[in-house]
Amino acid sequence: MHTTTNINNSKGLDIDCIREDFPILNTTVHGKPLIYFDNAATTQKPRSVIETIDNYYTNMNSNIHRGVHYLSQISTDAYEKARTKIKEFINAPSTKEIIFTRGTTESINLVAHSYGMKFFNDGDEIIISAMEHHSNIVPWQLLKTYKNINIKVIPIDDDGNLVIDNFESMFTERTKFLSLVYVSNSLGTVNPVKELISIAHKHNVPVLIDAAQAVNHIPVDVQDLDCDFLALSGHKMYGPTGIGVLYGKEKYLKAMPPYQGGGDMISKVTFEKTTFNELPYKFEAGTPNIEGVIGLGAAIDYINNIGINAIHEYESGLMEYATKALQTVPGLQIIGNAKEKAGAISFLFENIHPHDVGTFIDFEGIALRTGHHCTQPVMDRYGIPATSRVSFAVYNTKAEIDILVKSLIKIIEVFK
Amino acid sequence: MDSELRELYQQVILDHNKSPRNFRKIEHPDHFAEGYNPLCGDRIDIYVKVENNIITDLSFQGSGCAISKASASLMSSMLKGKSEEEAKEIFNRFHDLVTGHDISAEEIEKLGKLAVLEGVKEFPARVKCASLAWHTLNSALNEDKNVVSTEE
Repeated sequence: MHTTTNINNSKGLDIDCIREDFPILNTTVHGKPLIYFDNAATTQKPRSVIETIDNYYTNMNSNIHRGVHYLSQISTDAYEKARTKIKEFINAPSTKEIIFTRGTTESINLVAHSYGMKFFNDGDEIIISAMEHHSNIVPWQLLKTYKNINIKVIPIDDDGNLVIDNFESMFTERTKFLSLVYVSNSLGTVNPVKELISIAHKHNVPVLIDAAQAVNHIPVDVQDLDCDFLALSGHKMYGPTGIGVLYGKEKYLKAMPPYQGGGDMISKVTFEKTTFNELPYKFEAGTPNIEGVIGLGAAIDYINNIGINAIHEYESGLMEYATKALQTVPGLQIIGNAKEKAGAISFLFENIHPHDVGTFIDFEGIALRTGHHCTQPVMDRYGIPATSRVSFAVYNTKAEIDILVKSLIKIIEVFK
Repeated sequence: MDSELRELYQQVILDHNKSPRNFRKIEHPDHFAEGYNPLCGDRIDIYVKVENNIITDLSFQGSGCAISKASASLMSSMLKGKSEEEAKEIFNRFHDLVTGHDISAEEIEKLGKLAVLEGVKEFPARVKCASLAWHTLNSALNEDKNVVSTEE
């Protein structure tokens, strides 16, 4: 298996070496070398993740937590080892608190459904922010079918910062939950979640953090944040699609009813009554995405091998460089100039629609995202239909940003 | 510029994008509908005046990409003076053109300037951009619903 060596020396990360770990980066698009700037949608996968999944099906495939045979043992061990890796990666106290899901979306739906159905009453309030992804808006709205809850929204300012001067006054005795995005996928804003969690806790309100756009860019420590739940997706951190994680404090997970019923989540079933399995299995009904979990474990090894702090430092350099470079493009306006940003930059031209930018830039070999980024309320807030977004991963380079800028200037010429 | 790209963004399209024709609101229209593409956020309002079954005025407002704006602009110029039936026939022919269906040279000829949008057929993701205004017009004339979505 290919391993990355000497990637983190005194001069910083050896990006050429890191790029060699990602086979897809050798692709050409319309005859040009691929420049992949759509990492907030999904990151590319290193060879070690691809080979781990290949190895699972070649040498280990078996259902887990069931058989006593050899294959079942080794696949169960690999699955549970990955749980330990994710526990350590986000510094959770216990593997009982690490639940595998399909992704951030399912993690949030699990909490909204299981916690919300049990603990919310008519007239209760929950708080979210104006920069939530649809996945942290719609699950709470769906709950309104059963519970007459009110959703309060923390506003954002013109630069894309949360307006938190009056945050504490949003809490009343009816406030039951705070669900908040750590890093905005459309604006790149890094929210002061630790501060907001501590304010919520003063009012005995539990907090879920949507860390989908945070975990591959900045170190995330659930004990330091003191969040009660945290949701993340494997495919945005160099792992496979269809696998995610819900971290939850044991006291809450214990009190919550199962989200789905089936195999693996039970300890005893009769037609009269079922006794549920212990944590975390209570929330993992049915045969899980085994290769996804094991692949995610390999992705975490990959990040750890480089070091999340080194990745953060390198990507901060890219963000700063790209921001300055994009500001030199005539007529380009950056949407979202928050004090602290990570991962993504959204921009707009007055006379060129993002979709036209997207089609033209594709012919330069550059993949970027155009649209509302599943954050329509953010687009409404700024009175715009859509943006173009560049989002970074550890394999991106300043040279790629230079090509992006040159390509954008070419597009301006066409639309003059 | 790549030839496929030049085929998509012809000068006529860039021109209509920059200075769209009939880009205005009609007070007291006989027909009106709103079109919306939730995937990209494009919105278009279509206003129609009809007298004795003839479209006497047709205008649009909204925001969208060059393809959707040019398509709406060309449509508004093309359909003024046509009967509702003729408009629907042109729509069907235009739809065949942008979705890459077989269409004879004679029929393309009949589409006049609209033929510049033929390049869209090489870009399946952009077909909805080119057809949003048309679906919206169709709905305005049929008055079946007030908001058209490309995702229904």
